[in-house]
Amino acid sequence: MRRELAELKKKIYSGLSPWETVQVARHPDRPMTSDYLALLFDEFVELFGDKFFGDDRAIRAGFAKIDQYKVLVVGHQKGKTLQERQACNFGCAHPEGYRKALGKMKLAAKYGLPIICFIDTPGAYPGVGAEERGQSQVIAQSMFEMARLKTPIICVVIGEGGSGGALAIGVGDKVAMLEHAYYSVISPEGCAGILWKSGQFAEQAAKALKCTSRDLSSLGVIDDVIEEPLGGAHRDHHQMGARMKMYLLKSLRELVGMPFEKLLENRYQKFRRMGQFLERPL
Amino acid sequence: MSTTDQATTTPQSGMKRPKRGVPEGLWVRCPGCQATIFRKEAEAKLGVCPECDYHFYVSARERIHQVLDDGTFEEWDAELTPTDPLNFEDKRPYRDRLIAEQERTGLRDAALVGEGMIRARRVAIAITDSAFIMGSMGSVVGEKLTRSIERATEHKLPLIIISASGGGARMHEGILSLMQMAKVSAALARYDQAGGLFISVLTNPTMGGVAASFAALGDLTFAEPRALIGFAGPRTIQATIRIELPKGFQTSEFLLEHGYIDRIVRRADLKSEIARSIDYCGK
Ligand SMILES: [Zn+2]
Repeated sequence: MRRELAELKKKIYSGLSPWETVQVARHPDRPMTSDYLALLFDEFVELFGDKFFGDDRAIRAGFAKIDQYKVLVVGHQKGKTLQERQACNFGCAHPEGYRKALGKMKLAAKYGLPIICFIDTPGAYPGVGAEERGQSQVIAQSMFEMARLKTPIICVVIGEGGSGGALAIGVGDKVAMLEHAYYSVISPEGCAGILWKSGQFAEQAAKALKCTSRDLSSLGVIDDVIEEPLGGAHRDHHQMGARMKMYLLKSLRELVGMPFEKLLENRYQKFRRMGQFLERPL
Repeated sequence: MSTTDQATTTPQSGMKRPKRGVPEGLWVRCPGCQATIFRKEAEAKLGVCPECDYHFYVSARERIHQVLDDGTFEEWDAELTPTDPLNFEDKRPYRDRLIAEQERTGLRDAALVGEGMIRARRVAIAITDSAFIMGSMGSVVGEKLTRSIERATEHKLPLIIISASGGGARMHEGILSLMQMAKVSAALARYDQAGGLFISVLTNPTMGGVAASFAALGDLTFAEPRALIGFAGPRTIQATIRIELPKGFQTSEFLLEHGYIDRIVRRADLKSEIARSIDYCGK
């Protein structure tokens, strides 16, 4: 009976529609950055503040230890309780969040610490203050600098990969997605609002956008897909944590010690290859 | 990242998008001051209203004439053609949309790139055209810009990018459009490392994934007066925070005031301002 149920669940979860995947990626019990910090790392020394405006709770950063590796972890945090969610703006970071992330990443590169980024955001915060404090500027700056940081960078989309707010901490040597995460140029709702003129068409938009881990894998945008426990990561944090740890350690072993020149060249070429077009004479 | 939503909310884009330059007809109404103006007169002023200085849309080709020395433009990568990697379909298939846009604008995609001279200084130049799917960046725009930046790096040319991209990253090519932001930014990082001078010129409108990538990365950032420039579209912001947006929000003047723009440059002065900056910074 139990085995049949497991088989059924497996079948359902392997056949999730893009829109269902988006729902799973947003599941409130899905492990967040703070969960992975507790599950995988021996220590987390949080570092606050962007040394310019404030400390954005939508992004966490700090030193951490995983096995023998000392690393810097950066991750979006959506929040668990209503109070925390509000403090985190539901994972939508302001410019000070990205400025903090970049500041700590530069520090990590200076002292040779590999960087691990957990991506989980509906998108960068759209607001008056965010525009006034340079949302465009910090996202652009972050990609620009990450492209040339002299230390290994491993990025994992753990839930929502919402557009520029996700990519701002998503330029790395390894970019992976959890099986039921999504990563998209725009939220399905936003896309539906613009192209279908109504958010009601979010389901169609989710399908059209090709934003699941399988899609991104076949489009050559991500390097790896990390399989989730049966029924999704929210069903079994420990198993998800163990798989995540295995992936991170494997990637660290691969990247740590690689000459920087090669590391940066590989990183450049990886993004350089992205895109599809034809070359047709006039 | 795609913020095409401002189209219905801002006066600048309230007018019907013209095929090229000042709207057709002998007389046109200026969206800036509502005055009826003689079309020839606006065109003679590089597409600027003689009454109120409103800067009309100009096509990428027209920009070439305005900014480069006559007859010096040599186009690069004109053979790059968009495809439909996602088989994307909203109310109409993306491939049909592409053909319609190509016929309407005479462009293959939203960017025109190449090299030329500005007052006898050789430069690499890239221009996005808001007439083609709102100037949005998909694979072709990203690839054209990246190749231009790589050539500018190799040949030690100053780089000028004039943005008119209200559409940000193009939704119809999904994640591939988003990744162009990283690709172009990474190329700019190398160009920067090599000591290249990048002048980013922001024009109406520059939003979303374009505003939040190459357009924001200039060593020098110029903006035409009263252009709409920002990350999130005004309608998205309003839907999120439900307050009245401040007057002049996300205009060139707003950005200057908040410290993100070096100079607001009127269209008539753009060529000489670029030439002068190259004299100060170029090698
Ligand atoms: Zn006028």
